[in-house]
Amino acid sequence: MAITRYRVEGKLAGAATEAVRRGLQKNAIAEIDNEAEETATGWTSFESPFFPSFEGSSFLFGPLYVFSMRVDRKSVSAKLIRKHLGIAVADRLAKTKKQFLSKDEKTALKENVLKDLLVRMPSTPSVYDLAWDYEHASVFFFSTLRAANEKLEGLFKRSFNLGLIRIFPFTAADSLAGLSDSERDVLIGLSSTQFSS
Amino acid sequence: MLDVSTAYQRYRFLGDEFLTWLWFCIEKDQKLFTAADADCTALEIGNRMVLENRKTKSVERITIKGDDAGLEEGRLALRKGALVSEMALVFKTGEYQWQFSVKGESLNISNLKTPGATAPQGPEQLEPFLLERFDFINKIIFFIENLYKLFIRARLSSQWVSKQVPSIRKWIEAADG
Repeated sequence: MAITRYRVEGKLAGAATEAVRRGLQKNAIAEIDNEAEETATGWTSFESPFFPSFEGSSFLFGPLYVFSMRVDRKSVSAKLIRKHLGIAVADRLAKTKKQFLSKDEKTALKENVLKDLLVRMPSTPSVYDLAWDYEHASVFFFSTLRAANEKLEGLFKRSFNLGLIRIFPFTAADSLAGLSDSERDVLIGLSSTQFSS
Repeated sequence: MLDVSTAYQRYRFLGDEFLTWLWFCIEKDQKLFTAADADCTALEIGNRMVLENRKTKSVERITIKGDDAGLEEGRLALRKGALVSEMALVFKTGEYQWQFSVKGESLNISNLKTPGATAPQGPEQLEPFLLERFDFINKIIFFIENLYKLFIRARLSSQWVSKQVPSIRKWIEAADG
């Protein structure tokens, strides 16, 4: 289990649980299987990540909001595109009885080939859980992957209009240690210690 | 207000200093850990430690791993100017134990193994399972945060240079620790 910790900036307007539900529903993961989309990011249920539902208190566990971020991706290899583009070009030339295709025609054909492959290709899902302790303005995100963390920060802001402050050495010192203004000034001016002689 | 990525890079040394200080405390000042969590009976170094020397032209990285690995090589790396950049730890209370790793640059927790069940026994057990799991996770997070607060307080005090650093240097130089 790997954890990235966040502080949540601000509070939700109105009833928190309802506001969380609205944010989750509005930004729930959209299925991209059978669609010409390469990637999708959104919220899903902790209990049933492939059937997102935020009805009732399904995301409320004691004092915690527990749900997941799902990132679906399709990866079409360059070799596969080249193969199908070659077939499509040959087919077009045969149908139009031309010797060659213009650059624009080839570009358009490539886009269509990619779209066609994306529609036929199933997506690969990645699911990352999170626990939000609303009262203590704390989020535990169960991944330390940089790309997943960056997606979370954007999705959280879009969904709840609240910022997430990632806890790392500076922010931990600045926000957790209860520093006075003068201590904060000392912190900002710190440079590394030479332990070796 | 500092930009996040600037603050991350500019002060990453604090995390590495924290882990180096923590190793020193594990060997020299276990009493400190009860100040961070009254239930703590021991904090031990786990089966992996990474040290990085950023004083050299290219970053030198040394990884020590294995249940019976000696830390002499790590101490030698400290003498050459390296700091601990990642450390596996074992936190013990009278009843339970937690295993986890802390990374200096991010303070992220990884490879966390908490006590308690690894999966709920049925749908009706999901909520109690999650809440118990969260409590176990929270305990270790609070412990690390409390230790980090103690470190920051020490680091910002005038005694850091006059007392702490000389003690740590002496420990680093001591042949047998």
